Amino acid sequence: MDRDSRGLSRRRGAAGSAHHGWSRSPSLTGSRGHGLRPAPLLWGAAVAVPLGFLAVFFAWPVAALVVRGFVPDGALDLTGFVEVLTRPRTWRLVGLTLTQAVLGTAFSVLLGLPLAYLLYRRSFAGRSLARGLVTVPFVLPAVVVGVAFRALFAPSGALGFLGLEESLAGIVVALVFFNVSVVVRTVGGLWERLDPRAEEAAASLGAGPARVFRTVTLPSLAPAITSAASVVFLFCATAFGVVLVLGGVRYGTIETEIWTRTTQFLDLRSASVLSILQLVVITAALAVSARARRRREAALHLVSARRSARPLSWRSPADVGAALAGTAIVAGLVALPLAGLVVRSFREPDGSWGPGNYLALGTTGERNALVVTVWEATATSLRIALTATLIALVVGGLVALVVSRRPRSVGARRAIGTLDGLFMLPLGVSAVTVGFGFLITMDQPVLGLDLRTSGLLVPVAQAVVAVPLVVRTVLPVLRAIDPRLREVAAVLGSGPGRVLRTVDLPIALRSVGLATGFAFAVSLGEFGATSFLARPDGATLPVVIYRLIGRPGAENYGMALAASVVLAALTATVMMVAERLRDDRAGGEF
Amino acid sequence: MSRLSGAHGGTIPTVAVALSAALLLAGCSGGSGSGDDASGAGDPGTVTLVTHDSWALDEKLIDQFEQESGTTVEVSAAGDAGTLVNQLVLTKDAPLGDAVFGIDNTFASRALEAGVVEEYTPADLPEGAEQLGGALTPVDQGDVCVNADEAWFEESGLDVPTTLEDLADPQYKDLLVVTNPATSSPGLAFLLATIGAFGEDGFEDYWASLVDNGVKVADSWEDAYYVDFSGAGEGGERPLALSYATSPAFTVSEDGSESTTSALLETCFRQVEYAGVLAGSDNPEGARALVDFLLTHDVQAALPESMYMYPADAAVELPADWQKFAPQADAPFEVDPADVSEHRDEWIERWTETVVG
Repeated sequence: MDRDSRGLSRRRGAAGSAHHGWSRSPSLTGSRGHGLRPAPLLWGAAVAVPLGFLAVFFAWPVAALVVRGFVPDGALDLTGFVEVLTRPRTWRLVGLTLTQAVLGTAFSVLLGLPLAYLLYRRSFAGRSLARGLVTVPFVLPAVVVGVAFRALFAPSGALGFLGLEESLAGIVVALVFFNVSVVVRTVGGLWERLDPRAEEAAASLGAGPARVFRTVTLPSLAPAITSAASVVFLFCATAFGVVLVLGGVRYGTIETEIWTRTTQFLDLRSASVLSILQLVVITAALAVSARARRRREAALHLVSARRSARPLSWRSPADVGAALAGTAIVAGLVALPLAGLVVRSFREPDGSWGPGNYLALGTTGERNALVVTVWEATATSLRIALTATLIALVVGGLVALVVSRRPRSVGARRAIGTLDGLFMLPLGVSAVTVGFGFLITMDQPVLGLDLRTSGLLVPVAQAVVAVPLVVRTVLPVLRAIDPRLREVAAVLGSGPGRVLRTVDLPIALRSVGLATGFAFAVSLGEFGATSFLARPDGATLPVVIYRLIGRPGAENYGMALAASVVLAALTATVMMVAERLRDDRAGGEF
Repeated sequence: MSRLSGAHGGTIPTVAVALSAALLLAGCSGGSGSGDDASGAGDPGTVTLVTHDSWALDEKLIDQFEQESGTTVEVSAAGDAGTLVNQLVLTKDAPLGDAVFGIDNTFASRALEAGVVEEYTPADLPEGAEQLGGALTPVDQGDVCVNADEAWFEESGLDVPTTLEDLADPQYKDLLVVTNPATSSPGLAFLLATIGAFGEDGFEDYWASLVDNGVKVADSWEDAYYVDFSGAGEGGERPLALSYATSPAFTVSEDGSESTTSALLETCFRQVEYAGVLAGSDNPEGARALVDFLLTHDVQAALPESMYMYPADAAVELPADWQKFAPQADAPFEVDPADVSEHRDEWIERWTETVVG
C-alpha cells in the first residue's frame, strides 16, 4: 500500500512539474513556463548519463592520481605546492605553455577563417576533396608529424632556410598545422548556413564588403569562432609530442613536465601540483571564452547550405583574396608536409621507388617489429573508433542538447555553463594523468576481468577526448536555432518530444554528421591514452606507427611512413563521407 | 578538484548504467582482438605478462608454451621501460598481472625497493646469465653506444673517434647527437656511461665540454637516429649518434659485405633486461613457469630477431649479421645499481642544469 502510494505521488510529482518550461532542465530551474510538456525524467537522464560518464572515466581517475600525489603515505603533504611553485622552471613552463597556446590559437583562427569561407561559402570543383584534405593533419600521430616537420626544418630540409629548428616559431607552425581544421570545420559549419540575406541587405544599404564582414558576418560567426578557439587553445596548451620533438630539450610545457615527472621519475608530488596548475590555467581560459561566447550569443537565421554557397567568382575581390590565401595556406601548411610524407613513403628501403612499403603493411615488419600486421591494426583501429564514436555521440549529443537550453533563472544558466565547461576539461588534462589514474581506480576486476589490461577501456578513453569535439560542433548550431521556431511548434500543439524531433533534430542532424566525422577522426588518431591501455594484440594504427618508427631498420621506417599515409587517407575518407551524409540530409526545406 | 569530485556525488545509479553501457559497447568492439576476453587475471589457467612497448615475441613460441603448460598467456604492454616500472609501483596493491618482463638495470632497484616483484631466479640459470643476475632473472642485454657513419668519415678524411674523450675533441665539433636522459632510455644509459667513466663528480664537466663542442640533444631515439644521424640515410647531418651496438647490423649494404655504420665500443653502457614474478600475483606458479620459459633456448635464440637484444644465455648462437657487424663491448662502463637507484633523478636534474641550463 505504502509502496503504491509513493509510486503514485512520484507520478503526480512528475506531472506536477509539467508546468515548468519544457525547454529547461527541471532539475536546474524553478521558473514557471507556459504549460508546455516537460519530461523531467528524460532531462534528468540527459544530464546524469554524461555526468556519470565523465565522473567515472575522467574525474575519478584524475582526482585519484592527484590525491595520491598529495597523500603519499596516508598523511596529507602539501609542501609540494611551495616547492614546485617556487621553482623558476615551473613559471618558465607556464609562460611557454601560454605563449605557444595563444600564438597557436591566434594563427589557427586567422588562417582558418579565409579557408572556412572558401570551403563552406563558395562552391568549386574539388571542394569536398579539399575539405577532407584540410582535416588530415588533425589525426596524424604527433610522432610522425614531428619527424616530418623536423625533416623540413632541419638545416638540410626544404624549409631549412627559415631557421625554425628548435624554435618557438617551429612549434607554433606545427600546432597550426594540426589545429587549423578545427577552426575551418567549426566556423565553416555555421557559416554555410548563415542566411546571406542579412549581408546582402547591409551591402545594398551601401556598406562595403569589409564593413559587411565586420558588422554582420563576424558577429554572427562569433559563437563558432570562440567555440573553435577554445578547443584549439586546449589542444595547443596540452600539445605533447610535437613540443618534445620540435622543441628539443630547451622547450617544455606543463604537459611535457607532467609526462616526465609521472612516467620517468614517478614524482607524483610534483606531477600533482602541475596537474592542478594545468587545471587552473585551462579553467581560466575556458571561463574567459565562455564569457565572450555568452555576450555574443544570438539566435541566427539559418538556411540550407545549398542556398548560401555560391560559385567562386573571380570578379569578387573577397573571393579572389580568399582563394589566394586559401591556396597558399593549404599548399604551404598542409600539402607540403603531407606531400613530403607521401613521396617519402614510396621510397623503398634499397633507395629505389615503388610500392614496397605498402606491400609490407601485410607483414609484421622487419624482424617482426610488431605483434600484428599493420592491416590488422587498421581493422582494430576502425572497430575501436566506431565504438568510441558511438559513445561520444550519445554522451556529447546529450550534453549539447542540455547546454543549448536557455533557462530563465540565473542559477540554472550558471549550472548549464558549468556543465558546458566540465566537458571541455578532458581536452585540457594530460592523457598521462588519465591513463595512470585508470590504473589505480579500475583496480577491481569486473566480472572476473581486469579492465586495465583488457583493452576494453581504449574506446572509452578515446570517447572522453572526442566528447568535447562533438559538443563544440553540435552546440553552436543548436544554440543558433531561433527559439520562436520551438515556441511556434509548441503553440501549434506539439509536445516536447515532438518539438525536439521536428525542430531541433533535423537541424542538429546535419551537424551530427560533422560531429561523427570529428569524433571518428580523433579516435582514429588518439595515441596518448591508447598507448597506455591497448594490448599488443589489440594495437591501433597510431600505436603500431609509433612502434615501427621506434625500431631500427629502413624497412620499419618505410612501413611507418606508409602506415601514416594509410591513416591520413582513412581520415580524409571518413571526413568526406561525413560531409556527404550531411549534404544528403540537407536536401529539403533547410 | 572539489567541483569534479562533487560531480559524481549523487549519480551512482547512472554511473553504473553508463559504466555497463560503455563496457557493453566496448565489448562489442572486441577491443582486444583476441576473442577470449572472458578469461582474466583471476583465472588460474591464465598468466598475464606485463611488459614494455618493445615487446615482440613470435606468437608461435607463446603458443608452444601455452600447449606445454596448459596455461593461457595474456600480454599487456604500456609505455617504455621507465613507465612500466612506475606503473607497477603505482599498482602494487592490485597488480596488473602475474609476471613482468622488461625491467632494466637502471630501474630494477626502484621495482625491488617498492616490493612489486618477488625475488625469483630459476635454479639453473644458463651460462653467462648468472653474472648478470641479482634478485631478478636476467633475460637479455644490449649495449648503448655512440654510432658512427663510416662513409661520412671516409669522405671527410677524419678518423672515426673511439673514446668518450674524442667526442669532446674540437675536430669533432657539431658532429654528435645524443638523446635526453629525462625522456629516453638510451639517453639515460649514455648518461650513466659518462658517470661510470668520469665519476659522480666529473660527469658534469665532461658534459659541459660536449656542450662546448656542439652536442645536439634530441628528445627520443627515433628523432636522433632518423632525423639527425647521417648514417640512417634519411638526410641527417650528424655522423655520430647515440644508438645501440646492434644498430650497425641494420645498415648492412645490399651485398651483405659491410655495414655503413659502426658502434664505438668504448662509449657503451650495458642495459640488462629482467623478468620477474609480480608480488600479489593470482598465479605465481604460472608466472614462474613463464619466467623459466623466457630462458629456454628457443626464446633466447629468438631474442635478437624479435627484440634486438643479445640473449642472456651466452651459449646461444647469434644471427650471422650480428656476429659480423654487431659485436658487444668488451668492457662497458658500469655504475652500481644501488647508486643508480639512489641518485638517478638527481643526476638527471644535474645533467639538465648543465646541458639545458
